[in-house]
Amino acid sequence: MKDENQLKQIASQIRRDIIRQVAAVNSGHPGGSLGCADLFTVLYFHIMKHDASFNMKGENEDLFFLSNGHISPVWYSTLARAGYFPVEELKTFRKLNSRLQGHPATHEGLPGIRVASGSLGQGLSVAIGAALSKKLNKDPRTVFALTGDGELQEGQIWEAAMFAAHNKVDNLIAIVDWNGQQIDGSNDDVITLGDLEGKWKSFGWEVHEMNGHDYPSMITTINKAKENTGKPQVILMRTEMGKGVDFMEGTHKWHGKAPNAEQTEIALAQLEETLGDY
Amino acid sequence: MLDQFTVTDKKATRDGFGKAMSELGASNPKVIAMCADLTGSLKLNPFQDAHPERFIQAGISEANMIGMAAGLATTGMIPFATTFANFATGRVYDQIRQSVAYSHKNVKICASHAGLTLGEDGATHQILEDLGMMKMLPGMTVINPCDYHQVIAATKAIADHHGPVYLRFGRPGWPVFIPENTPFKIGEALMIQPGTDVSIFATGHMVYQAMEAVKILKSEHSINAELVNIHTIKPLDEQAIISSATKTGAVVTCEEHQRNGGLGDSVAQVLSQFLPTPQEYVAVNDSFGESGKPSELLDKYGLGITDVVAAAIKAFERKA
Repeated sequence: MKDENQLKQIASQIRRDIIRQVAAVNSGHPGGSLGCADLFTVLYFHIMKHDASFNMKGENEDLFFLSNGHISPVWYSTLARAGYFPVEELKTFRKLNSRLQGHPATHEGLPGIRVASGSLGQGLSVAIGAALSKKLNKDPRTVFALTGDGELQEGQIWEAAMFAAHNKVDNLIAIVDWNGQQIDGSNDDVITLGDLEGKWKSFGWEVHEMNGHDYPSMITTINKAKENTGKPQVILMRTEMGKGVDFMEGTHKWHGKAPNAEQTEIALAQLEETLGDY
Repeated sequence: MLDQFTVTDKKATRDGFGKAMSELGASNPKVIAMCADLTGSLKLNPFQDAHPERFIQAGISEANMIGMAAGLATTGMIPFATTFANFATGRVYDQIRQSVAYSHKNVKICASHAGLTLGEDGATHQILEDLGMMKMLPGMTVINPCDYHQVIAATKAIADHHGPVYLRFGRPGWPVFIPENTPFKIGEALMIQPGTDVSIFATGHMVYQAMEAVKILKSEHSINAELVNIHTIKPLDEQAIISSATKTGAVVTCEEHQRNGGLGDSVAQVLSQFLPTPQEYVAVNDSFGESGKPSELLDKYGLGITDVVAAAIKAFERKA
């Protein structure tokens, strides 16, 4: 378990890795990736019990499912830095014959990935299936699912929400990356999410809120959500899209756009190299 | 017919599914039955009663059911996700494509009420495109058994097979003619009647229609038709098709499905590559169905016994 300073150092390197991955192939999704770098760091380097030697079934491990698969760069960097595969492999992101597909996939056998995602709205259902399995097998560990906020516009999310509450799937923690942005603009411009807390509550979930860049807040909130209460848990996580790179912060414009060479240089100058670039 | 294939009873294919699930529930603790508010229609009540902890009621939310099945399979369970064929495929194609097929999950999608023989509920429910959609997915095994006993055997076989499967069966009572305990192997065609003049490759409910047609071809037209049951649409038993077509030189395909994208197209693909052969299709011709009795619908949409007879004569006469 790492202390806050160590976690921040890891997150800084992950942010560098994100920028370098997308810049190298001039494609990918840096905005949401940067926004979730602190969450991934806290989950994989502080909260979750997991094994980088990777077993698909993940018995007696906490499991993580990424529903908003487009933020693959942050997951790939996190998994590599946690020892799931060589950090060098980040060089192959989105290139031909790579295990690091544009959106996460199991097809090429990348350790750490348990299901493909990219087409939105599906990950929460998959996570519920895994959580049911853990209950059947008397496995006490927790299943995490991360979704985007715009992704909540998908109907399947609410099918899953209704099911999990009815069946008291309380070994499940859904985290919503609530940055307020999606491809075409802000959530409020596209399809407003309205009273998000009220929506989840009315579906029968225990709702938590946290700042996705505040480490003590994240650790406290996630640990609280892990206390099984008979209800599924959702954490509405306030984040800033593009966090850590000033010209990318708080706008949807860097959702799915790579920086050019000059912008990359400016971005990397703002992110300390702490663990060594690949 | 070969001696063993005589009609002994009339039972719905879905009843075979329910029976096999009960047996699997008792014999394999990894088997999970999932249903989307159609437990009775899928004949899963005995499973639910015997194994409530391994029965998952998904409610009317098929997309969530498919996703949960992927999660259950990821963690080592063998989920059977069941509903009507329309809701098991067309409604959830993207969920199957990404979370099940591309992710190569050991999920069994089991669908009842396929095709026109659903009957009175009409075209909204009579899916005739499901075999095509499912066979296009890389790595997906697609099986359409022909009677009660074959569904039992197929259901047990897919539980032992690792990988995603689409198993399709139907609603109405249907003749039972495959003897109990007839060996069933995924991807291996079953010879129903050897013949020399024309090959009939049939799947699902159409195997019975073709059996009756074979009798008429023999008695009224002196045509010795060979009838082969292609229960597995994918992987297709190419060897059985080539071997039969080599012998007869003329082919008819019979399926309760659109002619676009079904068994007929799969057979044509094999023949055009390896053994160009005259082929006639008995299938629905680019049309939706409608309400009616199963037998009325089969006749109206060109899937009657006389349609199989006519197609066989036409294929036979095209041999020059």
